[in-house]
Amino acid sequence: MIRFEGVSVRYPDSPAPTLHRVDLHIPEGELCLVVGRTGSGKSTLLRAVNGLVPHFTGGTLTGRVTVAGRDTRDHPPRELADVVGMVGQDPAAGFVTDVVEEELAYGMESLGLAAPVMRRRVEETLDLLGLADLRDRPLATLSAGQRQRVAIGAVLTAHPRTLVLDEPTSALDPPAAEEVLAVLQRLVHDLGVTVLLAEHRLERVVQYADRVVHLPGGGVRLQAGSPAEVMASCPVVPPVVALGRVAGWSPPPLSVRDARRAASGLRAQLARLSPPARAGNGAGRPVTSGPPVATLNGASAAYGDVVALRDVSLRVHQGEVVALMGRNGAGKSTLLGCLAGLVRPVRGDVRVRGQQPHRLRPAQLVRHVGLVPHDPGDLLYADTVAAECAAADRDAGVPAGTCAALLAELLPEVGADVHPRDLSEGQRLALALAVVLAGRPPLVLLDEPTRGLDYGAKARLAATLRQLAADGRAVVLATHDVELVAEVADRTVVMAEGEIVADGPTAEVVVSSPAFAPQVAKVLAPLPWLTVAQVALALEGAG
Amino acid sequence: MSIRPWVAPRPLHPGAWWLWALGLATAAGRTTNPLLLLLVVAVAGYVVAARRTAAPWARAYGAFLKLALTVLAIRVVFHVLLGAPTTGTVLVTLPALDLPSWAAGVRLGGPVTAEALAAAAYEGLRLATVLVCIGAANALANPKRLLRCLPAALYEVSVAVVVAMSLAPQLLADVQRVRAARRLRGRPDRGVRGLRGVAMPVLEGALERSLELAAAMDSRGYGRSAQLPRRVRRTTAALTVGGLFGVAAGVYGLLDAGSPPLLGLPLLGGGALLAAAGLALGGRRTVRTRYRPDPWAAPEWLVSASGLLAAATVVLSAALGVGGLDPSTSPLGWPVLPVLPTLGVLTALAPAVLAPRQQPPRPPLAAASRKAEPATVGAGR
Repeated sequence: MIRFEGVSVRYPDSPAPTLHRVDLHIPEGELCLVVGRTGSGKSTLLRAVNGLVPHFTGGTLTGRVTVAGRDTRDHPPRELADVVGMVGQDPAAGFVTDVVEEELAYGMESLGLAAPVMRRRVEETLDLLGLADLRDRPLATLSAGQRQRVAIGAVLTAHPRTLVLDEPTSALDPPAAEEVLAVLQRLVHDLGVTVLLAEHRLERVVQYADRVVHLPGGGVRLQAGSPAEVMASCPVVPPVVALGRVAGWSPPPLSVRDARRAASGLRAQLARLSPPARAGNGAGRPVTSGPPVATLNGASAAYGDVVALRDVSLRVHQGEVVALMGRNGAGKSTLLGCLAGLVRPVRGDVRVRGQQPHRLRPAQLVRHVGLVPHDPGDLLYADTVAAECAAADRDAGVPAGTCAALLAELLPEVGADVHPRDLSEGQRLALALAVVLAGRPPLVLLDEPTRGLDYGAKARLAATLRQLAADGRAVVLATHDVELVAEVADRTVVMAEGEIVADGPTAEVVVSSPAFAPQVAKVLAPLPWLTVAQVALALEGAG
Repeated sequence: MSIRPWVAPRPLHPGAWWLWALGLATAAGRTTNPLLLLLVVAVAGYVVAARRTAAPWARAYGAFLKLALTVLAIRVVFHVLLGAPTTGTVLVTLPALDLPSWAAGVRLGGPVTAEALAAAAYEGLRLATVLVCIGAANALANPKRLLRCLPAALYEVSVAVVVAMSLAPQLLADVQRVRAARRLRGRPDRGVRGLRGVAMPVLEGALERSLELAAAMDSRGYGRSAQLPRRVRRTTAALTVGGLFGVAAGVYGLLDAGSPPLLGLPLLGGGALLAAAGLALGGRRTVRTRYRPDPWAAPEWLVSASGLLAAATVVLSAALGVGGLDPSTSPLGWPVLPVLPTLGVLTALAPAVLAPRQQPPRPPLAAASRKAEPATVGAGR
């Protein structure tokens, strides 16, 4: 169905080709998963399928890409719209109309289908994707998971034989991700659609894949094969595979179910041990002594007449990493906004080091609290990394070189004259964090920091956060990433509808939750083990 | 609302709402009777309340109402301060400013008479009412569906407008986000310097987003076109350009008093015909079809007819010299409602009952609107 023959892609200003001599054949009806580090060329590979690379992005493509027998050399993307459905990273950015039903019809209108055909297909697609209740909802009012499903539906109405998705679940909370994946499953199994998708969150998708393609990047040949084959040697693996490697299971388990069936021996072995404290974050030692760094006391916040935060009370102490979890729209970002002084609470009291953050002038604010927003790029304005660091020093009123020194610790390999926009997601996050830390705030907040991060960048982020806590900062992060929470958080706060519904040590809160438990906890339940590193450490200790 | 619709809920053709509103506006334009004007405002307001949707543009009525009140206030204030001296019942005497002799016709301050005040208020109210009618059309008709009624040859233009309209609110959200981010960096988020720092990231973001949108539209088949023979393309171009020339010359002929009157109208009409033919021929280039085009059926006829009837009665009454359309302000008398125009304007209430409900009622968008107000960094998404 999709065939790459000796394909290389090189963009004008890049020193090395992004894709190098790729040979790949994806047969009809397969669900094929593309994995690899950030910058390894996953997006380029996906966008080459319908000719966006190079027709739209520029650059030179050598070799041949054919889809359903059509060569992308002779067919620009619009001529392939009836065979390839392409859903980008941010589905909302591709919406042309403003109502669900019209969005579903838009592609068909462009293809010039007859009105009765369009009507029938819209109805079929609404049912197929479970969107019937949303048919005349404005697109702007949909949740992230609904938006993703609408974006899939909008390309599906053209009846493409292949569907290409770039990180379809990375912005979604666990339940919404399940919804989207269920839809993809159904398309592959019932309709025989060929699906090609790239995803960093392997733990969510690898079990559904028929084939995994690993792009190592840097001109190394790609590796393609059955999931078990590729996962056995791939450097990027989900926790469940890593656990399999630690425990010496072969073939590696791909799903929690596989792992649980293999894990009875391991569970028996671990039942006799107690989980070690996670490296360096001080879990287990009481951190609630001393005055809290930040307190919310019965705080409520609202946008217009929508209450986003209802009577929330929370204390955050020095040296503590607190994870905020909950579905999209549960009030996590609003809580962070209150602590960062961006949202004024309508009732109740918010204090950071005794001050009300929304009353502070910006120059004082940076010394009390640092927030890395959802899109770290928002914080960056300068043309080069060095200029950004210098500006951060001036903004915070600290000696020149402070921010650059912080950045050197977080991100040693980045040159000083790189443009911030040319950094990878992980590098940009590190730069934003360095900028925020320049003011030495006692409270550091992160909003959804792992979006678009690969496993390597995530491990580095986890180490950084633990180091911050060890240095005596308080860290609060809002995230959907259960694996990151398991790695770093001492305490987990679960929110729903603007209220706190659970608050306690991470192990207690997440192990019992079906949505928020990390894979290792699910495999080893009811034992309170959270991460592969803990298990590895305990097994080593036990000899 | 307890009024039961007589047909199943569906969005009405936007053209019908515009005809209805323009009818009401025409009626308002022909009278200065404050009672009649207030009646028009009330009729428009009632229909909007009964038939508007939850869509964002439905709030246009409130916005236009505020604009109308502002216009009215400005008109009255200016008249009080600057109006020509009048005689009549003096309500209050403002301190007058002596102006040099060359500005003898103008007065600043001085006595304010009830008659002058009433005249200014009536005039202002007329303009305000016309604005309110336009606001009602904006609130009731989906602007995007209106654009979809454009001829196929103008499809690209209408898409550009639609995209621009959906980008505007996002731009606003971006400004809020970037301002919040500046505050987080410890920089001023207000003032001229703050503004400059905000503009660049917002523009960059908008540019990136439009590229992404263009890629998505391309992948979904936007811009596919049929190959037309060269002869047809040339004919299209000739027709359109010739037609536009004709229209331009015709308008000049109409407006220029010196040119022969016969030059104007025929040229204008002929030019318009040619241009229309060009557009129709050009439309053959696009292969696209339309999903569920808005039908023009009985409700559309009724709605537009009710508005046009309101206009017709008022215009007709004015032509026949029916009294009460322009109540006297000097001497000042209590205005009365003229019977025929009042009945005419009241018929424009019909859509509140006869038009189908625009949308099936649905649960409030509580969870949804939470997404729409990114006052914080990273809210939304």
